[in-house]
Amino acid sequence: MSHPNKKRLRRSMMFLNCQKPGLIKDPYIYKPDSIMLDLEDAVAENQKDAARYSLYHALREIDYQGVERVVRINGLDTPHWKEDIRVCVAGGADTIRIAKTESAKDVRTVEEHVLAAEKEFGRPEGSTLLMAALESCKGVLHALEICESSDRLIGIALSGGDYTKDLQTVITGTGVELQGARQQMIIAARAAGVQCWDTVFTNLDAMDVFEEEVKMIKMMGFDGKSLVNPRQIDIVHKIFTPTQKEIIFAEKVVREIDEKKALGIGVFTVDGKMIDIAFYDGAKRTIALAKASGVYEGDL
Amino acid sequence: MEIKKAAMAGTLESSDAQVTVEPGNGTIELSIKSSVIHQFGKQIKAAVLETLDRLEVTDAKVTVVDKGALDCTLKARVECAVYRSNDIVENLPWGGVIK
Repeated sequence: MSHPNKKRLRRSMMFLNCQKPGLIKDPYIYKPDSIMLDLEDAVAENQKDAARYSLYHALREIDYQGVERVVRINGLDTPHWKEDIRVCVAGGADTIRIAKTESAKDVRTVEEHVLAAEKEFGRPEGSTLLMAALESCKGVLHALEICESSDRLIGIALSGGDYTKDLQTVITGTGVELQGARQQMIIAARAAGVQCWDTVFTNLDAMDVFEEEVKMIKMMGFDGKSLVNPRQIDIVHKIFTPTQKEIIFAEKVVREIDEKKALGIGVFTVDGKMIDIAFYDGAKRTIALAKASGVYEGDL
Repeated sequence: MEIKKAAMAGTLESSDAQVTVEPGNGTIELSIKSSVIHQFGKQIKAAVLETLDRLEVTDAKVTVVDKGALDCTLKARVECAVYRSNDIVENLPWGGVIK
């Protein structure tokens, strides 16, 4: 049976540096859907050990009030990832974000060690979920096999900084350099039935550009975005939460399709728009997203 | 655990604590500096001593410079300093003496 939290709402996934106690003690006050406690790039090489002790006690002792606790572990090309997995599982992290994922084999390698850690620390087998960050051209090209690699895998996230380095370009702010990866990844994620998140936006002085980017990735089909600052959370939630107008229209579509189906009618109009069965799943999804976002008051 | 050499963990940033452990003279010698020593001195001392006790450290000079750290941060910094003094960074006893 699939893990109950595999498809939970993940619009906002906020990075926090495990090296900084001041950052990890109370981030739930900003109400992100997920926090990503970072053991990787944000943590200096000579502080990897210190970050793990802080992570362990934070996971065990701080009540994050229902916010999902994801931990980003160090890459499989480092000496750190095995101990990272042990501390994540021992501490009871909800999800592990695998950095620099390039193949299904990478996910399975992590999965083996997670299972061993679940046995070692007496945690239920299968309780720790995984997500994969794609940070290279190879990783993006292997998106589908990565998405299909494990029952624990909740989805894939683009890591734009490393990816553009591999692509031999830079983050331009226009999004042109990320187009191919974004498109490839969302298609792969949907084909495999997992979630997909966009890369971080680091220029905090350009909130208008950030907002446009969030609108664009929502239109592309993404489930949410990795974030670096609490100021970004409300913007993402606003854009990813269905409006009352969208919810009312979705309700009408669902009701009308159910009703017309019984009458043997396949195509009809709702508020002047042609509607057929192809609109059903989308309307259901809008209602599910509204429910998960806490803004649905209907009875569907 | 034995304190084999001097080791330090943590920083002087807000909400953190810097903990230094050094080989002792047969007992625990604890020194605490904190801007909130009057309100939380006893609590800080208790958290540090309890952690040292769990790690079975009985002979050490321990210096804590507290910058408003929560108990969980104090524990994390003491544990890190003690294991650093033994050069241990892998196969740590999470959920055992680290808890």
